[in-house]
Amino acid sequence: MQFGLLAIIFLFSYHFVPHSESSYFWRLPPLLKELPGWINTLLDNLMFKWMAVDVWDPVWKEYEQRPVFRIITRAIGSGILFVIIFVRELFLGGAQTIGAFFSDAFLDANEWLYWPALPWTAIVAGAAILGYQLQGVRLALLAGIGVAYLCIFGQWQPSLETLSFVLVCAPICFFFGLGFGIWGYMNKTVEAALQPLLNTMQTMPHFSYLIPVMVLFGVGDHAGAVATIIFATPPMIRLTILGLKKVSPDIVDAGSMSGCTKSQLLFKVLIPTARTDILIGVNQVIMQCLAMTVVAAFIGAKGLGSDLKIALNSLEIGKASEIGLSVVLIAVILDKYSLAWANKQKDYFSDLTFIQKYKPYIGFILLTLVAILLSYLGALYFKDGINYLYYVPVEKGFTISPFIDAGIDWFWEAFFPYLNAFNVWLIESVLVPMREAYLGMPVISTFILVMGAGYIVGGVRSAVIVGGLILFIALSEYWDRALITAYMATFAVLISAVLGIVVGSICAQNQFASKTILSVCDFFQTFPSFIYLIPVILLFGITDTSVMIAAIVYAVIPATRYTVEGLNSVPVSLHEAGTMSGVSRLQRWVNIELPLAVPHIMLGINQTVVFALVMVIFGALIGTIDLGQLIMASLSKKGGAGIGFTLGIFVAFMCLAVDNLIQTWAKERKKALGID
Amino acid sequence: MASNEHLPTDPQAVIQCDSVFKIFGDKAKEMLAETQGSIVDAKAFQEAGCIVGVNNASFNVTRGEKLIIMGLSGSGKSTLLRCISRLTDATAGRILIEGQDLLAMTDKQLIELRRETMGMVFQSFALLPHKTVLENIAFPLQVKGVSTQDSVKKAMDMVELVGLQGRENYFPRELSGGQQQRVGIARSLAVEPDIWFLDEPFSALDPLIRKEMQDEFLRLQSVLNKTILFVTHDFDEALRLADRIAIMKDGVIEQLDTPANIVLNPATEYVKKFTEDVPREKVLRIESVMDPVNSSEALSDLKVSKDAIIETVAEAVLSEQHPVPVADENNEVVGVLHQSKVIHVLFGKKADEPHQ
Repeated sequence: MQFGLLAIIFLFSYHFVPHSESSYFWRLPPLLKELPGWINTLLDNLMFKWMAVDVWDPVWKEYEQRPVFRIITRAIGSGILFVIIFVRELFLGGAQTIGAFFSDAFLDANEWLYWPALPWTAIVAGAAILGYQLQGVRLALLAGIGVAYLCIFGQWQPSLETLSFVLVCAPICFFFGLGFGIWGYMNKTVEAALQPLLNTMQTMPHFSYLIPVMVLFGVGDHAGAVATIIFATPPMIRLTILGLKKVSPDIVDAGSMSGCTKSQLLFKVLIPTARTDILIGVNQVIMQCLAMTVVAAFIGAKGLGSDLKIALNSLEIGKASEIGLSVVLIAVILDKYSLAWANKQKDYFSDLTFIQKYKPYIGFILLTLVAILLSYLGALYFKDGINYLYYVPVEKGFTISPFIDAGIDWFWEAFFPYLNAFNVWLIESVLVPMREAYLGMPVISTFILVMGAGYIVGGVRSAVIVGGLILFIALSEYWDRALITAYMATFAVLISAVLGIVVGSICAQNQFASKTILSVCDFFQTFPSFIYLIPVILLFGITDTSVMIAAIVYAVIPATRYTVEGLNSVPVSLHEAGTMSGVSRLQRWVNIELPLAVPHIMLGINQTVVFALVMVIFGALIGTIDLGQLIMASLSKKGGAGIGFTLGIFVAFMCLAVDNLIQTWAKERKKALGID
Repeated sequence: MASNEHLPTDPQAVIQCDSVFKIFGDKAKEMLAETQGSIVDAKAFQEAGCIVGVNNASFNVTRGEKLIIMGLSGSGKSTLLRCISRLTDATAGRILIEGQDLLAMTDKQLIELRRETMGMVFQSFALLPHKTVLENIAFPLQVKGVSTQDSVKKAMDMVELVGLQGRENYFPRELSGGQQQRVGIARSLAVEPDIWFLDEPFSALDPLIRKEMQDEFLRLQSVLNKTILFVTHDFDEALRLADRIAIMKDGVIEQLDTPANIVLNPATEYVKKFTEDVPREKVLRIESVMDPVNSSEALSDLKVSKDAIIETVAEAVLSEQHPVPVADENNEVVGVLHQSKVIHVLFGKKADEPHQ
């Protein structure tokens, strides 16, 4: 009812507000035009002017004026870089870490100081042993074969570069996340302050961190690491707070009554009891780190992401697919590892012999010795050229990319007319009119729509919050671009929601189907988001359609998952009550299941919105003309830091506005239904 | 608590509560200051957004006594226990533990007190899921800083005390509810506390296991002789285990007395509702129905203790021809028990009732 009235007012304003540039009902003046400039000035002052101190420059042998802030960020940067290179050289060999302690001349004179790369067979063995320890034979096989694939297909070096990047970023995220999570758990004020900050951090597009980070930390692996850490820490904080809150108050009381001090309570009672949730947080951190690999490549992080970016830019789909598969494999393996670790219960063995206790380590050392022996044998066999038993250089392994490319060419020739017709139809009859409709929307109508929805859902408070978030965007020069982003996201969300709810509802009718679809969702969710771009470019080339399809495929996952979960959570007794009242399947779905599941499904739609926006912004990688493209463009612009950051905040605010509406609605609805 | 300083300290009492209040809400302290330390009007507080948990509780628990706090959910019984263990701070009043003012203690003193003199058992067992039975029991000792060797030795003694030998290396998830609560009991006793708190310890267990655990509790207490505060919502359990029972309703202690007195003389209508259906023979002791010795009477050879519960001796007494002599703890005859009295206790109540 209320929504109908709102729609009428909205349409009325839409039609009768004149499209004139001078009317404030049409567009608001760009009062916040200077915001990017202010951010730039702030960064500039921080980096080049604020609190200059004298620093001894060992190269020029004189004192130099440097701002404190810059010294700090550069120190952090080089610290992280040192650790990344150290881990990388453990796998791949090299002399940079050792070189940090000795002079070049000394290194040249003592070649034995060069750290050799581990034979790839040793790393395969290590991955398999770890998998066996964490879960069993299945994970051991998956990990072993997966890692072997990386080597055999010539992705060894970039894969291990990416891996070392994750191995350094993830622990840092873990400690920050755990620390802030504990702080938030202990202190209500901190938690209240963290929530909106985390929301913003998680909904800002990956790209928008890049330029400020680049300004502060320079370019390279360390800058990529910093951007990744900013992006990947929030879920750890959230899950830590959640896990600690879930610990039963009785257990906390039992700890207190056992005479625990505050720190004993924290480290001996709370954290071990919340272990599983905290380790799920670690899983999230690892997934986020991998999702950032391509993005981090823009500011100089090495590894698969950087190779993939180059392959995508030059439209080498076959190569991109192989690299993409490597990223997916690493993601799946690390995902399974961390989940297995989280769900692993400690077993108690009272008296273990030395060998039993250190079996995996001994096994690894023995297998490494075997691997080294193998690589010596390899050196004898492959007399000149590449020792395939030791180390496979980039692009010297097997490759199936020519086949993929040939397949794509064939596919294009065979199906191009149909695909193209669909493409043209979609763009001309759906997307373009929709875009025009969005761009033709007077600003006043937008406000009527969102604030009205806010008022209906959560009263004045919601209306003001949502209105404030949108006002911030409306007062900038980028309103039209934001509308384009909004139209793309809306389209993707609508289609994903319908698809997700339909597929979810069908699967939820049957236990086996539910289980299957949930594990399919799990599987696809481990893919870093940009992976979805590879197949769609293959099908539709570089058009809006590609981005749309990628966004829909990506965003349909949460919609499906939440629908299945929501429908499955309807109590069995209600099903039985329905059956005894003689309802048909369809009636049961419409009258019993859907109304009860709708709040949960809406939370899924909320996720869908975030996922769709992420993908739409990622679409800039292959060329769209919305906010994402501006953010990408700002990467290479002077003073781009301010623009990129501001645009990122705009996208985050769009997410937060939707988030506020849906969360409030779902909460009220749940309260009304008496669930939760 | 300056206003409470004039109150006397009972040297016999291990736990002494004077006008303890626990009121949840922002304005609780101010509002309470206006009242005069008597039972407060819960409705007035509710209108101001406060919830009264414990309303003017005053009582003593003496050494070796089993005081059971009985009440339905929301009666404030657990809140009272949490005040006395200071898991929550009382809003007003005075609580003395072994003569020390609990509310004036610093965190350090409180931790010290819990490590030395308090043990607590929880309804949900509250075992640490990541520790084995043995590690759980040794936990209070280890946080105290006892060496691993000593704490494991002590914990093994506890494992034996509660009859879990052979399961000391199990994890809580591998144990049944009754076994888990045995671990909870062993953990609470590991530091050999003088005061033992039990918060609905058997409520989460099946009826049969509950009975078994109640017997276990009585057995342990006969060996250990702790000062006990036991919270339950089960009136039968209270009757079975208590030396004295405190019945709570809406934060107020309605009556605090021995089981027999509560059944025979319920103080309020509310208490009466609980006692109506209680079989008297399960509560009353011989003492309360015996008659003075009359030398002209012929007595039977059987002798019963004046402290025996009627139910336990009824069959034997009723099989005798003559009245039975009653003896005190020094085995001197202090009265006689007539069969008619026993019959009246067993069947009389029903005859009084108007229906049927």
